[in-house]
Amino acid sequence: MGILSKKDAALIKDPLFDNNPITIQVLGICSALAITAELKASIVMALSVLFVLGVGNVVISLMRNIIPSKIRIIVQLIVVASLVIIVDLVLKAFAYELSKTLSVFVGLIITNCIIMGRFEAFALGNGPWKSFLDGVGNALGYGVILVIVGFFRELLGSGTLLGFKVLGDPIEKTGLYAIGYENNGFMLLSPMALIVVGIIIWVQRSKNKTLIEEA
Amino acid sequence: MSKKTEGNVYTIGFAIVMVIVVGSLLAFMASSLKPNIKENQRIEKQQNILYAMGVNENDETSANFVSTTVAGQEFAKYIKKQLVIEDGKVTENENAYLIDVKKEKDRAKKGETRRLPLFVGEKDGKTFYVAPIRGKGLWDAIWGYVAMDENMVVQGAYFDHKGETPGLGANIKQRYFMDDFIGEHLMTDSGEFKGITVAKGNNDPTNEDKTDHEVDALAGATITGDGVSAMIKGDLALYVPFFKSLKK
Repeated sequence: MGILSKKDAALIKDPLFDNNPITIQVLGICSALAITAELKASIVMALSVLFVLGVGNVVISLMRNIIPSKIRIIVQLIVVASLVIIVDLVLKAFAYELSKTLSVFVGLIITNCIIMGRFEAFALGNGPWKSFLDGVGNALGYGVILVIVGFFRELLGSGTLLGFKVLGDPIEKTGLYAIGYENNGFMLLSPMALIVVGIIIWVQRSKNKTLIEEA
Repeated sequence: MSKKTEGNVYTIGFAIVMVIVVGSLLAFMASSLKPNIKENQRIEKQQNILYAMGVNENDETSANFVSTTVAGQEFAKYIKKQLVIEDGKVTENENAYLIDVKKEKDRAKKGETRRLPLFVGEKDGKTFYVAPIRGKGLWDAIWGYVAMDENMVVQGAYFDHKGETPGLGANIKQRYFMDDFIGEHLMTDSGEFKGITVAKGNNDPTNEDKTDHEVDALAGATITGDGVSAMIKGDLALYVPFFKSLKK
């Protein structure tokens, strides 16, 4: 990363792997379980969070010296909520089709604990550029897990990827279905998302033993 | 953090300024974008109605509307009459498609008469009657348009939702679900209105039997499916007198 100093690069890289918001900090689990039944929804949610967290972190960072500490959480909430409403309105006005596909996700962004977490833990104490990198890094770390979970749930649950029937047609019994393969409907339900996230955590920690907490 | 940001006066002042700034920003955004949003919703209604009667750009598996740029022309071309049924009286109204079904339902709840819009379309020499329906899903509103022939046999359906679960209830707007309704009968042979039920275990997953008043349910979306059954039964039953009068 030529244009970024080593410290700045770490702001993006850390949350992607060794300090991932979902698998290490266990934040944002709720939305990771709810919306990962389809790969497309996962990607869209990841992009929405990327925008809100990137911009929100900068806004909070710019205001960090004037926010009264007694009401800082409320101020943070207002910033997230306003950003989300603005995104929603702009999409409805200029990209109506896309806003229909997003539907509930836009609203769900507000409830994402990663966003409030980064505002509180990072943007309140750091400059705008660093906060922007931190926001982007955390959103990417969140997005990567979402896409991985969405990939496996859609593939094993519906036999499709982004809506394309990659494993053949289950009703006409072509492709894999011809030799008796069946979709696992359980993959579409939220508990399996938790199990997939669990498997990712397991793989990650067995590769990097330093991540394992002392019992 | 410096001392000056700790005082009560400062805190309250900050809160007031913040609320005013954010409030006016959002109000400004909302009112300046409102015409665009309204226009998009108007075009979408036309697209929905056309979709139900088979004017669409579907490819093999996905559902696609006619493009927004031609929706107005196509609507004028295919929709021959827009009717409003009020208390049994049928009148023509060229803006019937703008009637808000939700408001009409609320009026009916208050005991006032409900205006029922119905769109008469023609395509390839066939006449379609398209009716809007609206109901409740698991999380929020669901609605749709059902195109029928004069015997109340479904010719096409379009469903949409405000916030059903993606991958589960949201699949009511998938082709494989909507297409299942095509050919289904709403009336029994003896001329009674029975509707169509979204049924689990109807032993007819490929939907060969069109007179069983059942289509195959979606896995993991029982409540949304029940909502679809309920809105078809509830809202389309209101049109039965009109269809009976067609036969006389």
